[in-house]
Amino acid sequence: MTAILAINALCLSFGGQKVLDDVSLSVQPGERLALLGHNGAGKSTLFKTVLGFLRPSSGTVAVAGHAPGSNAAREAVNYLPEVVSFQRNLSGREVLSYFSGLRGTPKAEVSDLLARVGLLDAADRAVGAYSKGMRQRLGLAQALIGAPRLLLLDEPTSGLDPVSRHEFYEVIADAAARGSAVLLSSHGLEEVQDKTDRIAILARGRLKAEGTLAELAQEAGLPTTIRISAKPGAADDLHGEFGGRRINGCRLDLDCAQGAKVDLLARLGQHQDRLRDIEICPPGLTDIYRHFSRMGPTEDQI
Amino acid sequence: MSTRIGTVFGQELRQARRNLWVILATAVLGLFALALALFGAGQGSDLKVDVLTLTAVSLATLSVYLIPLIALLMSYDSISGEVERGSLALTFATPVRRWEVFVGKFLAQTVAVCVAILIAFGTVGCIIGFLAEISGDGVLAWLRLMLSAGGLGAIFVGIGLMLSALTGRTARAAAAAVGVWLLLVVLYDVALLGAIMAAGEGIFATHVFPWLVIANPADAFRLYNLAMIDAAPVAGIDGLSQTLPFPPVAALAALGLWLVATIAIGSARTKRIVP
Ligand SMILES: Nc1ncnc2c1ncn2[C@@H]1O[C@H](COP(=O)(O)OP(=O)(O)OP(=O)(O)O)[C@@H](O)[C@H]1O
Ligand SMILES: [Mg+2]
Repeated sequence: MTAILAINALCLSFGGQKVLDDVSLSVQPGERLALLGHNGAGKSTLFKTVLGFLRPSSGTVAVAGHAPGSNAAREAVNYLPEVVSFQRNLSGREVLSYFSGLRGTPKAEVSDLLARVGLLDAADRAVGAYSKGMRQRLGLAQALIGAPRLLLLDEPTSGLDPVSRHEFYEVIADAAARGSAVLLSSHGLEEVQDKTDRIAILARGRLKAEGTLAELAQEAGLPTTIRISAKPGAADDLHGEFGGRRINGCRLDLDCAQGAKVDLLARLGQHQDRLRDIEICPPGLTDIYRHFSRMGPTEDQI
Repeated sequence: MSTRIGTVFGQELRQARRNLWVILATAVLGLFALALALFGAGQGSDLKVDVLTLTAVSLATLSVYLIPLIALLMSYDSISGEVERGSLALTFATPVRRWEVFVGKFLAQTVAVCVAILIAFGTVGCIIGFLAEISGDGVLAWLRLMLSAGGLGAIFVGIGLMLSALTGRTARAAAAAVGVWLLLVVLYDVALLGAIMAAGEGIFATHVFPWLVIANPADAFRLYNLAMIDAAPVAGIDGLSQTLPFPPVAALAALGLWLVATIAIGSARTKRIVP
């Protein structure tokens, strides 16, 4: 299977500042790849490079085999920017007809799209009077015009309520099911967990990790934390025996590698009389994310 | 290609209408034309010219100030504003070619200016026709005025859009538009007058000066209109119109060159915009 989007060793600088550093990625048809990263990591910059707005200092980007920004590439790509902005005095329907005209697709599609993002009632009102979420929906509708081969969605769900968020991902899943490759960025870890196929983590312009969530968890090799609540007075003894971190007078956190869990629990069982409660906390998404976005050669300086 | 330009054109024209640009421009041009017509009607009996011709002459002089101003105001924000608001990024992400966006906007705003001119000057022309005696020459002068005013509007729409694309920021585009208006419409004439005074009669006056005059679209427009009217009561730089070393139509060619240049530069510059 050939990738719709293939990014290879991409570097990009603003002035002297390296914003993207040796990024390689690919997205296949029907696949949803979520791009995670802190503010200023370079996500939006990556999107703009794929669109051909920004020129890489080195490395290559191919959109359906074509140079970014070329006519053929723009035929293949649909884009939803991070801040959606339309001419204020046009109606939602006029906005979609405009983009449909620019893409040369049948105008009949417009009503369908409006219905798909739940804007049919507001279709003939001026966009200037839309709420943020409504503008975002219109932005998504615009991005779905003409069965795109590659969907670039820059923080598509920012500012959306939970229900809309869910609907958004359904629409995106629909598009992916029809063969679109989807590259989206997000700050919502939970939402990308089960709504996308793969995750890539960008930090300070470098790609830190890429894969399914399970793969990332394994690669990170983060310890499971076992939280112990000790009976009064027993915490010191347990701390002496097992080590770990004291949280307060009666609580102790033990880090435990993936394979050593059962063993540790068995050992804890021998101290049953000193324990009030045990809680097992496997590494969460946030931990995995933090692990990857923190690590690297610059870590020491921060 | 044509559907994409048509799409940009349609959207832009709708904007011009909704922003009340067309109505505003029509009202301003119509009121000024009417005032000049009434003034001309008061004078007409003294001179041996019909009111329509007389008004065409004074309106040509006034249009040099007004029409560039209206055209620049309509266009200077068109690209830079969209860059700043971020809406151009969406347009540029579609298969539309950058030059098609520029040309589509140019055509729409030119049509908006021309419609305003046609309605305003057309109406006033008809009013004069009802109220006063008119001659065939007068009607011709009036038609020439309307058409060349449309051309002048087109050039300054082109200049405004070009500045918008060159600067990419609304505040800078506004400053540049004001600067260009002052330079081409006001200062250029003053500088030329100073030069001709200093140089006196000679090669400069007969061979360089006329070309310098038609090099400026605003002057070329006025020169063309006045040169075509034999009986025009003119003075200053416009006195040149009686002693041109080239036919008045050459002034139209100069206008055409300006048009081509602004569209070419503007389109090329639009390609380089980072939205
Ligand atoms: N036009 C520009 N000129 C100079 N520097 C820029 C420009 N655009 C972005 N940057 C810098 O590039 C870096 C990456 O910015 P980018 O917008 O790609 O971040 P991001 O990952 O999208 O962040 P966020 O999550 O906040 O949207 C930042 O350090 C930013 O300051
Ligand atoms: Mg961003």
